[in-house]
Amino acid sequence: MARALLNVPAKAKRGEVIAIKTLISHEMETGFRHSTTGVPVPRNIITSFVVNYNKEEIFRAVLFPAIAANPFITFYTVATESGTIAFEWTGDNGFSATESATITVE
Amino acid sequence: MHGHDGRRSRRDILKAASALAAGCGAGVLVRPARATPASMQTAIRNVVSSATVKPGKVALDIPPLVENGSTVAVSVAVESPMTPTDYVKAIHIFTEKNPQPNVISIHLGPRAGRATVATRMRLVDTQKIVAIAELSDGSFWSDTVEVVITLGACLEEII
Repeated sequence: MARALLNVPAKAKRGEVIAIKTLISHEMETGFRHSTTGVPVPRNIITSFVVNYNKEEIFRAVLFPAIAANPFITFYTVATESGTIAFEWTGDNGFSATESATITVE
Repeated sequence: MHGHDGRRSRRDILKAASALAAGCGAGVLVRPARATPASMQTAIRNVVSSATVKPGKVALDIPPLVENGSTVAVSVAVESPMTPTDYVKAIHIFTEKNPQPNVISIHLGPRAGRATVATRMRLVDTQKIVAIAELSDGSFWSDTVEVVITLGACLEEII
């Protein structure tokens, strides 16, 4: 299981725009490189990143090989209600990782 | 070759460094064709179809001079009130000379509150980067930045 780091505020005021930062460990092998013997190194990247806030999708990204290793993605959302924000990364070779954070909205 | 005390001299290290750089350059010659400005236009057309893309509303923030192309911090901010009737639907980033023109496609909704995203990308060479935003009214806006790369994301495997 890849290691993921999340930065989600634990508390927020209702209606506040909060910043969410995510980082996941992944080599993001482009598929454009060759080994020293000239053999192409197969592509192995994260292709999709989806964020659900209380089961409603708030953010979705399609990633390509041009995203640097250990994809770091920052975005914003409105703190609407207390609950769970769930993050899901999927990629080549059946890669899948999930992580979640709880938020209290006052 | 080596310094009189057995340690590597400054000259040796410089020689090794330039050999490494040359190896990286050699790899450039044999790898598959890169994305060209034309293939970037095709990739953009696939996203916007027949709509016209107007410059403005989008601010693509990327350092103009990058030393290491393997990780380049990039952020895109779009001017939008982000209300249920007027919001940013999607943000795309394209490159001109990377092996593939697409970098990332992001889908947002009015719940984002602020149409600003940031990530880190790879850049193989000095080139133009284009960010395109799709608004809820179906219009497309773009921003283009020219980035100078000192050392590109090396595509050669060095083991």
